[in-house]
Amino acid sequence: MTVTVTTTINGDHEEFVCEADETLLDALRDHLGLTGSKEGCGTGDCGACSVMLDGRLVCACLVLAAEAEGRRVETIEGMAEGGELHPLQQKFLDAAALQCGICTPGFLVAAKALLERNPDPSETEVRYWLAGNLCRCTGYDKIVRAVLDTAAEMRSA
Amino acid sequence: MRYEAPETLDAAVALLAGESGVAKVLAGGTDLLVQLRSGMLEPALVVDIKRIPETRRIDAEAGGFRIGAAVTGAEMGEHEELVAAWPGVVEAMELIGSTQIQGRATPGGNLCNASPAADCVPALAAAGATARIVGPDGSRELAVEDLVEGPGKIRLKRGEFVASLFLPERAAGQGDAYLRFIPRTEMDIAVVGAGVCLTLDGDGRCTAARVALGAVGPRVILAEEAAAGLVGTTLDEAALEALAAATSAAATPIDDKRGTTDFRRKVVGVLARRAAAVARDRAQGEKA
Repeated sequence: MTVTVTTTINGDHEEFVCEADETLLDALRDHLGLTGSKEGCGTGDCGACSVMLDGRLVCACLVLAAEAEGRRVETIEGMAEGGELHPLQQKFLDAAALQCGICTPGFLVAAKALLERNPDPSETEVRYWLAGNLCRCTGYDKIVRAVLDTAAEMRSA
Repeated sequence: MRYEAPETLDAAVALLAGESGVAKVLAGGTDLLVQLRSGMLEPALVVDIKRIPETRRIDAEAGGFRIGAAVTGAEMGEHEELVAAWPGVVEAMELIGSTQIQGRATPGGNLCNASPAADCVPALAAAGATARIVGPDGSRELAVEDLVEGPGKIRLKRGEFVASLFLPERAAGQGDAYLRFIPRTEMDIAVVGAGVCLTLDGDGRCTAARVALGAVGPRVILAEEAAAGLVGTTLDEAALEALAAATSAAATPIDDKRGTTDFRRKVVGVLARRAAAVARDRAQGEKA
């Protein structure tokens, strides 16, 4: 069974056709050319496919594409404003808070969601919020510090 | 596979009842999608219940709360009245998975996935929660501990599904708590879980108790003898020690990669005792 889905992705109206058992992650990557969201585990453990669905942080690998009908999806591709990187993106670059980069889009989407809810998180709050995002390169320290530093800069901006 | 997203309970029942092959209900999908993708399940029909308003609301009812089966853990944690009344149920739900999982995972799904290690089930059972089941013959209420039959099995007839859960009015002097053991601080599956709900009178004497155990049997265990032993006590050290011994005796754990039989039997007593102390403090109005 194929399903026609009409949805909003990064503010743009989108329509696509998918199989009923296809995930939102596969639809984003294979039908819409939005390959920023990555598949790490495909079971909701690693967070590399983190996207916002109606304002909630979710794993796109655990959402059926058909569920996006009429919903609002935000992906890493919508994070920069035109040519200007989001402060988190810039900080991750400046602080080398990534190595291979596969987990980075998920971390950025998740960290942005955190700072929108809590502009002044403690280190513990950052670590718990990001516990669903796995990184096998950095040891997390640079990522956590980059999020805390960005939060501090955004508060004083 | 066919995907349907009906907007009424009746339409969902009609779809589920009308499917001759395997039909599955989709709430948060955090278990179902993993099962679909691994090939464990190949349903002919998936019915997404999230567009049915009744499954997505937390309503006040009879002094308690009616929680839609597709309400998420994050939404439960953001509901101040629910957190104030049933902190043990909410903390059990919030222990499940990451921020991403909390944005999707539901108490209805946790119950119906019927994992012996499901965190929110012992907490719900201790709280005396019931599930509203809708089906071709109308709707019925069933105690959550009676819904689960065994690992991955629930007692539902064709066409039936869980539409909501009901938590009763929290009585004066009542408090609940849930604790689990995992070998790290979070993001893991319970090796052992224990939910306790207590009612104390003005003198701090226990007048009612429910104790429910997770991951120490094929389904949630309502430790009725252990709970009865608390009634009439002031939950002093001797009463808590007796509770620990009685819950360990009630447990029927297996050996598996998460823990041995002996370890689980020991730890379930420790957790029941600690959860009872937290529930006692909450019943007495202390924030814990």
